[in-house]
Amino acid sequence: MLNWCGVLIALIGLLTGAPVQAQERFITVASTTSTQDSGLFDHLLPLFTQKTGIQVRVVAQGTGQALDTARRGDADVVFVHAKAQEQKFVEEGFGLKRYAVMYNDFVLIGPANDPAGINGMKDIASALQTIAHQGTPFVSRGDRSGTHAAELALWKAVGIDPAKVQGNTQNWYREIGQGMGAALNTAMAMEAYVLSDRATWLSFKNKGTLQISVEGDARLFNQYGVMLVNPAKHPHIKAKDGQIFVDWLVSDEGQSAISQYKIGGKQLFFANSGQHGA
Amino acid sequence: MPDNQVRAVALSVSDMSFSIGGVQLIYPMSFQVTSGRRLVVLGPNGAGKSLLLRLCHGLLQPNAGQVHRNDLHPAGRRAHAMVFQTPVMLRRSVLDNVTHALAAIAVPPAQLHGRAVEALNRFGLMGLAERPARLLSGGEQQRLAIARAWALRPDLLFLDEPTAALDPSATRLIEAMLTDLHAEGVTLMMSTHDLGQARRLADDVLFLASGSLVEASEAQQFFNDPQTAQARAFIAGDLVW
Amino acid sequence: MMDDASPLMAALTLIMHFDPVFVNIVQLSLRVTLTAVCLAALIGLPLGALLAVSRFRGRLAVIVAINALMGLPPVVVGLTFFLLLSRSGPLGGFGLLFTPSAMIIAQASLVLPIVIALTRQTIEDLWASYREYLQSIGMGPKQAILTLLWDARFSLATALLAGFGRATAEVGAVLIVGGNIAGVTRMMTTAIALETSKGDLALALGLGIILVGITLVVNALAFGMSRIGVRHAG
Repeated sequence: MLNWCGVLIALIGLLTGAPVQAQERFITVASTTSTQDSGLFDHLLPLFTQKTGIQVRVVAQGTGQALDTARRGDADVVFVHAKAQEQKFVEEGFGLKRYAVMYNDFVLIGPANDPAGINGMKDIASALQTIAHQGTPFVSRGDRSGTHAAELALWKAVGIDPAKVQGNTQNWYREIGQGMGAALNTAMAMEAYVLSDRATWLSFKNKGTLQISVEGDARLFNQYGVMLVNPAKHPHIKAKDGQIFVDWLVSDEGQSAISQYKIGGKQLFFANSGQHGA
Repeated sequence: MPDNQVRAVALSVSDMSFSIGGVQLIYPMSFQVTSGRRLVVLGPNGAGKSLLLRLCHGLLQPNAGQVHRNDLHPAGRRAHAMVFQTPVMLRRSVLDNVTHALAAIAVPPAQLHGRAVEALNRFGLMGLAERPARLLSGGEQQRLAIARAWALRPDLLFLDEPTAALDPSATRLIEAMLTDLHAEGVTLMMSTHDLGQARRLADDVLFLASGSLVEASEAQQFFNDPQTAQARAFIAGDLVW
Repeated sequence: MMDDASPLMAALTLIMHFDPVFVNIVQLSLRVTLTAVCLAALIGLPLGALLAVSRFRGRLAVIVAINALMGLPPVVVGLTFFLLLSRSGPLGGFGLLFTPSAMIIAQASLVLPIVIALTRQTIEDLWASYREYLQSIGMGPKQAILTLLWDARFSLATALLAGFGRATAEVGAVLIVGGNIAGVTRMMTTAIALETSKGDLALALGLGIILVGITLVVNALAFGMSRIGVRHAG
């Protein structure tokens, strides 16, 4: 009996002792799948941790879910991309000040054979109208993420409610309720169009026959913001270290680190904390 | 030969009866088990022999009446032990089966091994000490069960049809063991439906039929001069209802 | 474009070179899951044995309920503990959400019904054959349970391995309560889900291979255990 217990305890000790001795000093950041899936955090966080000694634990969710996580007090900082929702979050008193951090843009991704015939269009509105009119398959995130919110805003702008036209055109509009990468994987498998942030698209490694169909429209602009969760709402919030992270992101050092992140020579995010109204 | 000495009583049963769910399985009966003697409970299948042994041993509680037995179990001993028809072998080695039983009756750890080895040697089982008990033959298992019970140093040993499932050669070995135990002074209360075995082993006989105690007498008298028609029929080899 | 062989080759390279990120994920997974299984064993073995040997009103209902809990959907467990452990939840004060501890708790809860149910079944069978003998040598319930647990140890090890299998393969619960934080709560299954969504099939496949390997080892262990059991205990 003793032998067996000894072996068991030794085994647990071995496995518990060896890996990840979590650093004492850390903050939890609720952020989006696009910032994580694009690899931006893998580039930024080691720089920040090296300078400050603060470890950053990122929980990557859709923007809506990330804001909910912060509302519940389960994150110290929230770093997302849906300006209207962010402003509401601050107004409700859950977040302190919102800082603009950076932007990238959305691109409409589609199969190389371009079943809707929209390749190279400069007007996202007419491209979407064409897709809806022809009933070409379109994958929607459907997860209340920033990208989902942006996509819905675009549909609204062109006066189409995809949920309503869905029935009479063979379910061309497909909500998957998953992250950006999963949406891209799904679009590739279905030969469908999908709206993606450029960063995730560039870092996505399973492009297959997908390519950019439409880009460059001003309406595809995608702004990221960061907020410290209000310690008055949740006393355990690590306000000091959280604010250090926020300050660093919008500092010259943080901003240049963001701009330096490139994949295949292409810059993914454009720092713009100084820009008024961003 | 009748024993005229006044002998101590190992177990005394008075007006004991037992029923389950309104079905009377043991009708009120009284008898005594005399120390140092071999009491054989005889009767056809279904007469209630196994139930009677379990009631006497305390595995079952009677609905009425009393069983008086020595319930003092000093550390390292057990006043009464039981051997079952189908030997209950723990999933351990032969030796560990014995040490487990000894540990259960609070034999000091330092003495466990010695007493277990003593018991196995006593009944010629030492050669099997490290074998898994469940992989022994039926006869070996029953010998181990008796050795294991003997290790508890009981005054009174109950045996429920200990040879019912064994072949004649294994049966002979078991009977030899029981004869040895008797010679050591252990009181035996054993059930069987085998008349020949009863003739070979019994000092006293309880004859049961359909849950009733039909006849209680010394063996010689029971076999030579049964008092009841049922006993006469049983001895004659007739089927008893 | 990648041909089909390249993710597999890249995966094998990751495994061969003990890529530190990769090793970290595997270690964390094993650590969390083994701790969860030990926790479940510590609670589940005695409870299962107790359930096997005791008789009380409503016992059958309890058994049915525990058997049903074996099929508990992991996401429901994850969601439940998410709500409990969240800062806004009743256990929020401990600050356990998005930590390995939260994942251990969630996995232990998934494994516990399996351990209890299989222990109950195993011990009940053994109890049926041991009961009269153990009572005959004067054993009380506590000693009897220890005897039963020890004698059934090989079968019970198989039950624990079954629980371990369920925990290792599970993604829903640990994703919700762990948050899949790199280096802190990223396990094999959550990393596979993430890397697949990033289109990084090499890392996903590498982890998948390890996961399948672990499953194989666990099953081999379970098989070997029952063989050893027969040889040593009959």
